[in-house]
Formats: sequence, structure tokens, C-alpha cells
Amino acid sequence: MTAATASTTRRPPFWRNVRVLRVVVQAVFVAAVAGLVLFLLDNVVYNLERRGIPTGFDYLRQPAGFAIPDSDFRSTQSLGDALLVGVQNTIKVALLGIVLATVLGVLIGVARLSTNWLVRKAAAVYVETFRNIPVLVIILFWYLGVMIRLPPIREAVEALDLVAVSNRGIVIPWFDQVGAGAAFGVVALVAVAAAAGVWAWRTRRFDRTGEPHRRGLWAGAVLLAVLATGFVATGRPWTLDTPEVGELSTSGGFRLAPEYAALLVALSLYTASHIAEIVRGSILAVARGQSEAANALGLSGFQRMRFVVLPQAFRISVPPISNQYLNLVKNSSLGVAISYYEVTKVTQVSIAQSAPAVQAIALLMLIYLAFSLTIAAVTNVVNRRLTLKGRA
Amino acid sequence: MSAPPPSRRLSAREWARANLFGSRLDTVLTVLFTLFLVWVVYRLGRFVFVDARWEIVERNITNLLVGGFPRDQLFRLWGALFVLAASLGFGAGAFGAQRRREVAEGRAEELPRGGVRRLVPLFLLVAVLLWFSGSVEPALLVLGAFGVGYAFNLLGQRTPQRLERFVPLAVLAGVLAAFLVVAAFDGVGWSLWGGFLLTVFLAVAAILLSFPFGVLLALGRRSSLPAVRWVCVAYIELFRGVPLIAILFMAFFMIGFFLPEGVDAPSLVTRAIIGFTLFTAAYVAEIVRGGLQSVPAGQVEAAQALGLSPFRTTTRIVLPQALRAVIPGLVGQFISLYKDTSLVFIIGLTELLAVAQNVTKQPDFLAQGLYVETLVFASFVYWTGSYWMSRESQRLERRLGLGER
Repeated sequence: MTAATASTTRRPPFWRNVRVLRVVVQAVFVAAVAGLVLFLLDNVVYNLERRGIPTGFDYLRQPAGFAIPDSDFRSTQSLGDALLVGVQNTIKVALLGIVLATVLGVLIGVARLSTNWLVRKAAAVYVETFRNIPVLVIILFWYLGVMIRLPPIREAVEALDLVAVSNRGIVIPWFDQVGAGAAFGVVALVAVAAAAGVWAWRTRRFDRTGEPHRRGLWAGAVLLAVLATGFVATGRPWTLDTPEVGELSTSGGFRLAPEYAALLVALSLYTASHIAEIVRGSILAVARGQSEAANALGLSGFQRMRFVVLPQAFRISVPPISNQYLNLVKNSSLGVAISYYEVTKVTQVSIAQSAPAVQAIALLMLIYLAFSLTIAAVTNVVNRRLTLKGRA
Repeated sequence: MSAPPPSRRLSAREWARANLFGSRLDTVLTVLFTLFLVWVVYRLGRFVFVDARWEIVERNITNLLVGGFPRDQLFRLWGALFVLAASLGFGAGAFGAQRRREVAEGRAEELPRGGVRRLVPLFLLVAVLLWFSGSVEPALLVLGAFGVGYAFNLLGQRTPQRLERFVPLAVLAGVLAAFLVVAAFDGVGWSLWGGFLLTVFLAVAAILLSFPFGVLLALGRRSSLPAVRWVCVAYIELFRGVPLIAILFMAFFMIGFFLPEGVDAPSLVTRAIIGFTLFTAAYVAEIVRGGLQSVPAGQVEAAQALGLSPFRTTTRIVLPQALRAVIPGLVGQFISLYKDTSLVFIIGLTELLAVAQNVTKQPDFLAQGLYVETLVFASFVYWTGSYWMSRESQRLERRLGLGER
């Protein structure tokens, strides 16, 4: 009896003590990983020095030596500036792509559940086609198969003198500043503030009286009214600039370069097919009783979707859809294949010029990591706000 | 259990009424979509059967399939195809028999049998490839391969029950043997492979190599040791937050710098495999983590109560259950890999998409804008493979009864 008590109170030898073992195992693991990383870094530094390649990030101040089409960037500016233009171009294609893919994806996702057989099947064929072809093939198809096969500039197709389509890009009308832009900017801010105020007022009223709020209509009307008044009051500072087709180029309007248009369309179509599947799954995941209750209350098909099913489906679909946004940002790097100067293409050209590959690629990875973390952070905030609050 | 509601076959008229012309909006949609679809089908059909100049694909079918593979060594590929057909047929037969027994013993639910229809996308692919090859010899060889596959399928169905657990190993050995038939015995190293062959090889090599790595990362991420966990989380999040092309750039431009002096930089294909493996491991780790989380905590506690060491708890209790649950996820990852291999075209490897681009620059076809023909061909090859695999993966998911517990 005493022996047993003694054996349980005796401390185990240190090589069988879990607490010691945990520390030892972690120390060995960290040492191994750190050793591997240091070994690789040491090799990199050694190899760079042996070949006379600079090791720091000073190269970013060197002149780029290449120009970026469809931007103000000149070859005398620095590589760092080129990278910034690349980041801007990535954001330009990603933001618009996210909007287009979401709209298209939601439409197709809802269409996959349509009661109309033809619509349902067409949506299914769309999804199965685009999900099973590499996005790079879709990008190349839109660039090589569509954009650069458009008619040459002399035979540009024009619609109502507003849009001009040729193999040099798609030109749409755009605003041209001719007067006091700053004053109008102030007016725009006032308009937004006024609209927000009206929105809040209608919402409060709705909460108090239960009358239809129609806040979208009200706020929109106020916004337009203030903008229109301000536009005239500040002396019409903007005009609509329509495209003019010349011999070798178009002038006026806003030109979507063929590379940009191809990348944008391809990314949107591809991502939309994934978003459609998520939307479909989320709608199916909303309890069927919700739909049936909406029907029992006499809501129309549209009302049932808009007020009952979609808001609940939306909550389910936020994490996977934000994952698709992330994929879209990452896939925008494939612009490199059609020479759209987003950040990957800029990096590739920089390396071909003179930039040291190791630093340039490390920087590229950091930039994408920053994009990813930003989207992840935004998702977390949205998700937290949407999570059902438990009963207090 | 309540019986399903009685169903009645609708007449064509009733069906159309319910599915096409249910309301005024439905009628408008049906008409609009019919017009649109007719237009799409007409344009597509006209392109495929009338306008397209398929001779660029016909004349380059070997290039598209194997790239720069030495032509006098092609027999090795046929040999490998026979070995693959045998091992895959064997595996399918053995699994099918196992499955039927489970159903007969009431341990599994019967699924609607797809039969030969499940293979339609593959047959379609093979038929199109043979059509483009334009000669009889490949067709006969493919028929032979199917015959061998079928014979081994029958053999697989007769696998004794006690040997059943070795079937996956046998299939894996078959895949390896097929690889050796091509590469070993004075064969052709993978740096000379190209076209569709390279596409498939990259995908298979990357998934096989990244699997053990990914499992370790997943276990590390769930480890109770904070240092191990942090390192694994950092690796996974870094590689998942960066586009594949950036990692391929890294593999291509940087691997030479990471090596100590005196070690030669590996060939381009090897670098691509390294890049794909590093990238895929992070995704495999997340899939496996999902599987690990699906194992009830009681399993681990029971193993501890039985006095199993942590190592044995993991390898004997947790992993077998977790890995069974992640098979569909791994198939999904393999499908993405299969599509993502097209990215090595940007780095200058000649896989399917790169060949499809390069042949448009041949003197006979230069500046004739035949991109669409070759791109449509490449899309078709990617699509059939990917569609077939995703269908099979959905089937597998139902079969494993996942998401039903």
C-alpha cells in the first residue's frame, strides 16, 4: 500500500515527463525549421553575391526601362512606380470583376432553381461548361478568339455614336471635365449626405408608423435632384465625351483596352459559374418551411425570394463567396498571359529588364498576401455583423 | 419511415404546361431562351462542322497529346496505357465487387447504377482523339487497352476478400509501373514530355507528392504544441494567399538561388512539380483538416482510454476515419490541379495549352488566326476529363454517405 502511494507521488524521469517533452519537441522542431530557412536564405545571399546581384530593395528606384500601355507610365519612371501602376490595374480588374461576377452568379444561381425547365437546364449547362474549363483557356479564348478578332479600327462598329468596338478596344462615352470640378465635388458630397439623411428619416418613419418606407426611391430622387441642381449651378462642369473614330486610333470617350476587356469578361464568367453553385446551395439550405410560410402569407414569387429566402441564403453564402472573390483576385494574375499589365505582368517584365528575381517575386507574393488578408478581414467583419445574435 | 408520395408520369402536354408555360413570365422566358439557345447551338454547330479548319488539329494530334516526346519511343506510351488500363480496370472491378457485397449484406444503400453511361465523357474524348488521328492503328490499340482493362476488371471482381485491403496498393503500383515503362529502362525522362501527357503527369505527380506533406501539415495545424501549430498555419496561409502563378515564378526563377553551390538546378518540369507540390500541399492540408475535425472526439478519448500512444491513436484511429472522409475533397483538388496545370504555359513548358498555342505559329498555319480551333480542342479535352471526374466525385460522395451523418 505504501509502496503504491510512493510510486504515484514520485516524479517521472524527465525523459518521460510530458511537460519537458513538449518543450523539447517544440524546440527541436523550431530549430529544424529555422535551420532550413536560414540554410536557404544563406544560399540565396551567397548566390546573389556570387553573381553580383544586389540583395536589397534599392532596385525599386531604378528607372523601369519599359512603358505600360494604357497608362501615363513612362519608361523613365522607377520600377517601384511601375509596381504601383500594376497594383492599380489589378484592383481595377478585380473590383469590376467582383461586381459583374456577383450579379451574373446570383442570376444564374437563381435560374438553376427556376420552375422553368429550359431556364434551369440552360443555367446548368452554363455552370458545367465554365466550371470545367481552365480559367486560363477562357481568358485566352476571349482575347485571341474574340477581342483581337474584332474589326480593325477603320471598320470599327459604332452603335448610336455612343460605343465604338474595334480590335483596339471598346470605347464607351465618358464624362469630360470642362469647368469647376472641385465645386461639383462638394455638391456631390452634399447630395450623398442629403440622400443618406432622407434614407434615415424614411426608415425611422417606417419603424414608427409602419407605412411603406420606399426609402430607395426617396433617397434616389433627392440624390438626383441635388446633383442636377448643383450641376447647373456650378456652370455645367462636365460634358459627355463620345468616341470619335479616327484613322489609326479613337479619341474621346473611355477606352477599355482589349486585354482589360478580355480579362474582365473571362474572370467574371468563370467566377460567376462558381458563385452560381454557391447561391444555389445556399438557397437550397434555407429551410423549406420558410418558403412555404411565405407562400401561405400570400407573398408573390418575387417577394418570397427578395424578403424571405435570399436574405437568409445570403448569410450562409458569405464565407464561400468571399472565397471566390479571393480566387478572382488571385486569378487576375493570369492577365500575364495576355499582357495585361497587372502586378504579376509588371513583375515579370521587371525581372526580364533588370530587377533581381528573388526580391521581385518575394514582393509580388507579399502584395497578393496583402490583398488576401484585406479580403479576409472584410469578410470577417461582414460575417460577424450577419451572424444571428443568440438570445441574450 | 414514411413512404415517398406517389408519383405519376405526366403526359408531354402536362409536362410542358408545368415546366415551360406555367405562367405568362414563364412563357416569355421559354420563348426568349429558345431563341437564344437555337442561336448558340446554330453558331456552335456551324463552327464545329462547317467553318472550323480542323486540319491544324489533325496534323498536330501527336504534338497535342505528347509534345516533344521522341517519336521512336511512342511504343512506351502505348505500353504504359495498357498497364494503366489493367491496373485501373482491376481496381474498379475489386471496388465494385466489394460494394455489391456491402449492399447484399445490407451495410450500404444501393445507388442507381450508372453503368456504361458513366464513362460517356471519356468515350467521347477517346472517340474525338481517334477521329483526329485519322488512322486505324491507334483505334486498334485503344480497343486492345479497353479489352485488357475489361479482362482485369473481371479478375478484380474475383479478388479474395482477405486480399481486398491491398487493392489500393495494387492500383498505385500499377500507376508507378506505367510511369516506369515510360521513364525507366533507357526510357524518356519527364523533361522531354509534353502535351496532354505532361498535363496529366503534372497533376498526378503533384497530388501524390503533396498528399503526405499535406497530411503532416494538417496534423501540425491541429497539434497541441503551439510552435508546431504556428509554423504550419503560417505555411498554409502563405501558400493559400498567393496565386499559383506567383509560386510557379518562384519555382522557376528562385529555386536555383536556394540551392548550395555545386548542385545543378533541376529541369523545368521538375521545378514545375516542386511548385505545384508546395502549392497543393497547403490546400490538401485544409481538406485533411476538415476530415480530422469530422472524427468525433470520443474516438480519441476511447483510444487514450485503451492506452494507445499518441502516435498509434493518430495512425490507427484518427487518420483512417479522417482520410475516408476527405476522398471527395481530394478528387476536387485533383480536378483543380488538372485545370491549373495549364498555367505552366506561361512559364514556357509545353503542356496541352502551350502546344495548342504554338501550333498556330507553324509555317503552314501562321497568321491565319486558327487560335479558336486549337483552343476549342484544348477546352474539349480539359472539359471531358474534368466533367467526368467531378461526376465520379459526386457519386463517391454519395457512396461514402458523407454529409448524411
